Amino acid sequence: MSVLVDESTRLIVQGFTGKEGTFHAQQAIAYGTRVMGGVVPGRGGSTHLDLPVFDTVEQAVRDTGANASVIFVPPAFAADAIMEAAAAGVPLVVAITEGIPALDMVRVWAYLKGGRTRLIGPNCPGVISPGKCKIGIMPGHIHLQGHVGVVSRSGTLTYEAVGQLTGLGIGQSTCIGIGGDPIIGTTFLDALRLFHEDPGTHAIVMIGEIGGDAEETAARYVKEHVRKPVIGFIAGQTAPPGRRMGHAGAIISGGSGAAVDKIQAMEEAGITVCSSPAEIGEKVKSRL
Amino acid sequence: MKIHEYQAKGILGLYNVPVPRGEVAFSADEAETAAKNIGGSVVVKAQIHAGGRGKGGGVKIADGAAEAAAIARKMLGMKLVTHQTGPEGRIVQRLLIEETLPIERELYLGIVLDRVQGRPVFMASAAGGMEIEVVAAKTPELILKEAFDPGDGLLPFQARKLAFGMGVPAACVNAAAAAMMALAKAYVAKDCSLAEINPFILTKDGKVCALDAKITFDDSALYRHKELLELRDLNEEDPLEVEASRFGINYIKLDGAVGCMVNGAGLAMATMDIIKYAGGSPANFLDVGGGASADQVKNAFRILLSDPHVKAVLINIFGGILRCDTLATGVVAAARDLQIAAPIVVRMEGTNVELGRKILQESGFNFTVADGMRDAAEKVVRLSAQ
Repeated sequence: MSVLVDESTRLIVQGFTGKEGTFHAQQAIAYGTRVMGGVVPGRGGSTHLDLPVFDTVEQAVRDTGANASVIFVPPAFAADAIMEAAAAGVPLVVAITEGIPALDMVRVWAYLKGGRTRLIGPNCPGVISPGKCKIGIMPGHIHLQGHVGVVSRSGTLTYEAVGQLTGLGIGQSTCIGIGGDPIIGTTFLDALRLFHEDPGTHAIVMIGEIGGDAEETAARYVKEHVRKPVIGFIAGQTAPPGRRMGHAGAIISGGSGAAVDKIQAMEEAGITVCSSPAEIGEKVKSRL
Repeated sequence: MKIHEYQAKGILGLYNVPVPRGEVAFSADEAETAAKNIGGSVVVKAQIHAGGRGKGGGVKIADGAAEAAAIARKMLGMKLVTHQTGPEGRIVQRLLIEETLPIERELYLGIVLDRVQGRPVFMASAAGGMEIEVVAAKTPELILKEAFDPGDGLLPFQARKLAFGMGVPAACVNAAAAAMMALAKAYVAKDCSLAEINPFILTKDGKVCALDAKITFDDSALYRHKELLELRDLNEEDPLEVEASRFGINYIKLDGAVGCMVNGAGLAMATMDIIKYAGGSPANFLDVGGGASADQVKNAFRILLSDPHVKAVLINIFGGILRCDTLATGVVAAARDLQIAAPIVVRMEGTNVELGRKILQESGFNFTVADGMRDAAEKVVRLSAQ
């Protein structure tokens, strides 16, 4: 089985007709994702990729029964797009957009609070349940259907880990890219809880990086609740403090966010932490 | 984006946070004029984007304009080394000349984004004048916190609560609370990621004042604050990092011998880590972007090879959708155009990977093709040690 997305997921694309939206919608359709159409304000009533385009998310949901949305809207308008999807009652919103102002995300956070919409991202590769549904920008072909849940703050590093797993014949239930920004909709803790409760997930890979203390919080949850094997890696063990390493959230500052603290918290929780990113696949294999 | 203290105080002043009377000076003459305008004894403060200036000799008190000019003459052009600059230090090019104030107490005020609460959090502490990281580590109970909604700002009762909590005398509480609310307003209005006043002082004559100020802006929000862009001081940034940012390349210079070119920030960090794990040392962090187009690869090569310490280069591209033959063609073209002599280890994943490898191997350049991250790291570390 899987979490968040599967064969029943009906997806709309916000920012459908743009270059990114078009390309990744095509990729999703080719993978077998049920893409119902898209939203581009002012283009309602037209078609794109032989699918209907709507002016508003509300219309798109009403006409297509969509239960998920993916956002390829430029940063200046992305927060609004997320809130529009939430207002239309879309239960799962995946925001791919990188570079949304942090205070815009503060507004989004407050808007979503207590509601029924789960946000993945922003600044993330998306979510995929191999063989069932792909929402985002990850290459579908490197994945293999199976029973390992993967959660990560990174994009290409997740592909690296998934590539290792698939290379060893180890399939994945769902891979969730939670995003590299400081304020994100779904945290490690949320993702671990989903995998913990999913009978189709037998082991969990957790790929963190420097910045914040979400890994430490998740490690405490693992220690108390999770009996499935958890294998982890923290990127940025050699990163200098005070420098933002590409991702807006990847910075050691104010005495927190260092890799060494995260690794220690994870090891104390019984998580198998890989010293090298090349051994993620092997470590998972050893614990299955 | 970071800015100087005098610029931060300029912004805070616009939002009615009390700041000392002061003027920026780029020369000893300007320093003298500024000191005359201010009158009496003044503080001469070196303006660099790093803390710990006082201990490094970057803050001096002058008794009048002539002494201010003399201090300025010594300070301008000097290399200021603090615990935040690293041993290479920074050349002082600007000074802030400010009035002196009779300090009664030093407090700390700061605002950062709280990742857990998804809101800005206002921090206040009676332990002003010290680094907040040190206070947080040794006496966390001395840091008071109030999260606030950007739309509402810091509410008056929250500001009073913080002021009383720091033991601000009743007569100064309203002034302190007003300054705190003003700081929060500036934080939101200018899309800051950090705004800090340390120390925030109570004066002997019952006033409050921001004696120092530090502001960092959210880079993602700069598009809606064109007025802030002119505050950027390129002298405070590594020239290679500035050059890289012009091409949308994320580059951070480090001090090792293995240059790296990677697509994606997480994989770029992991690549640095595995180089260290293999016994080497990374020369840089470099995220070339998701697409890794031929132009981007060439620009990235040029930038990372400008660092004379680079002895070998590791290219680690997990393309996925990206075609490896296209990537390889771009890498070869860049190597030819830039006449690269350093050994280059290439690890790539994606479609047409075999064709990509063939293009590299038949190019006549010094390429080593690697299979996986471990192999790549071991090969490049060996080559960098030769």
